[in-house]
Amino acid sequence: MTYHWDFHVVAQYLDLFLWGVVYTVLYTVGSIVIGVLMGALLCGARLSSWAVLRGGARVFQELFRCTPLLVQLLWVYYALPLLLGTTIDNRAAALLTLSCYVGAFYAEIFRAGIVSIDKGQREAALALGMNRSQSMRRIVLPQAVKRMLPSFINQSVIQFKNTSLVSVISVADLAYMASVVNGQTYRPLESYTVMALFYIAMLLPLTQAADYIEKRLAASD
Amino acid sequence: MNDATREGPILEAIGIRKSFGPLEVLKGIDLELARGEVVALIGPSGSGKSTFIRCLNMLETPTDGVVRFRGRAIGDEFKDRGESYGFGTLRRHVGMVFQHFNLFPHMTALENVIEGPITVLKTPKAEAEAKGRELLAQVGLSQKCDAYPAHLSGGQKQRVAIARALAMEPEVLLLDEVTSALDPELVGEVLSVIRRLGEAGMTMAIVTHEMAFAADVAHRVLFFDQGVVAEHGTADDILAHPTSERLRGFLARFHQ
Ligand SMILES: Nc1ncnc2c1ncn2[C@@H]1O[C@H](COP(=O)(O)OP(=O)(O)OP(=O)(O)O)[C@@H](O)[C@H]1O
Ligand SMILES: [Mg+2]
Repeated sequence: MTYHWDFHVVAQYLDLFLWGVVYTVLYTVGSIVIGVLMGALLCGARLSSWAVLRGGARVFQELFRCTPLLVQLLWVYYALPLLLGTTIDNRAAALLTLSCYVGAFYAEIFRAGIVSIDKGQREAALALGMNRSQSMRRIVLPQAVKRMLPSFINQSVIQFKNTSLVSVISVADLAYMASVVNGQTYRPLESYTVMALFYIAMLLPLTQAADYIEKRLAASD
Repeated sequence: MNDATREGPILEAIGIRKSFGPLEVLKGIDLELARGEVVALIGPSGSGKSTFIRCLNMLETPTDGVVRFRGRAIGDEFKDRGESYGFGTLRRHVGMVFQHFNLFPHMTALENVIEGPITVLKTPKAEAEAKGRELLAQVGLSQKCDAYPAHLSGGQKQRVAIARALAMEPEVLLLDEVTSALDPELVGEVLSVIRRLGEAGMTMAIVTHEMAFAADVAHRVLFFDQGVVAEHGTADDILAHPTSERLRGFLARFHQ
């Protein structure tokens, strides 16, 4: 059996795909930016000397690391509003969930990077008379960031792909648009192949850049 | 500052105790360091020498006892309050050199040396750099200003670390086994830098296993044993004419 590929029909919907790309990129970038902030806060809480803060951050982290993102999206969109007695915009639910999810992972990456720095570094900084924030900013973080970078980029690439899950709560990302095009054209092979090609076109340069950065960092050690 | 010129010890420890959980490592240690004095701390491994010297700049917080700098007790963390100095003030004036150098690997030798003055003392960069180059020249490393620690030998690293501590113009220098991590042939270059500092009048507390060096530079020697100062006296008393059995046994191991 030979299948007749026909991209013409699908090509008429190019604008939908492009809108999907825009949304996918926006959700990726948006959730990464918010996730970095959340990750930094959670990481600070995890390293704090206050047990309640440490425990709270840990619980939050494990909640988001130990449930599938799909489950989180469904829960935040369908279940949370019932608890709160309001409705929640699906785009807001998507951004919130994506951010919490990636923030929980970033926090662990940040924490691991910081604690991997020899404690002698911090001691040398303190011994010069620096306070804790100076020793963190000037001495520990510059070294830690270098160690975090590969895992950070890796997690961000995964995050890019994870945004496709927001289509289940009808957020019009690339994956959602592909299913819309399929519904209009009854051309699943073409619709979903075009979607996959868009993802590859965006992610391939990113993974290549990540490999390059990783090699450069390894060489500079 | 007025009290800088006052008489009496510049750095003083009174009844220092330190426990790690159930383990009492320091059981009441006293030390008075007069300006220009060099004191060597010797003793078997695990006797608490490092813990004590780290209490002197509050890298370890004593469980009990007081540290005084220029006659003022060291108090809360980083703030000077009333008649006490905070940790920050203490550390700005009391430098430390570590066994494992602890140089900042992301900075060149010169950047390591000027980091304290720039970040802590807010010295203008050009001024800090000029002084940093001078200090590196003093420790024989004027050629290595732009080298990263990874490209320096152990002896060179330790000399950079000494220059880094000196850049803060400390009134007291604490040195914890600064040659123990070095290959034997590199020990001499570091010891001679310290010897010159002593001759120039630097106040120092030195933990060391180099007995000949201690005999040479130290005015006084404290023999640590199981968390107490088991013996103390002039370098000659302690090292050349030991009386107690334990001290003799300890010293015998260095005369083989
Ligand atoms: N952070 C810590 N936590 C628990 N125990 C510690 C800690 N630091 C030191 N100790 C213990 O305190 C004791 C004294 O250690 P310290 O490092 O002061 O000895 P030292 O005289 O410097 O020995 P060395 O000559 O081997 O350097 C040792 O038994 C050590 O295991
Ligand atoms: Mg020690």
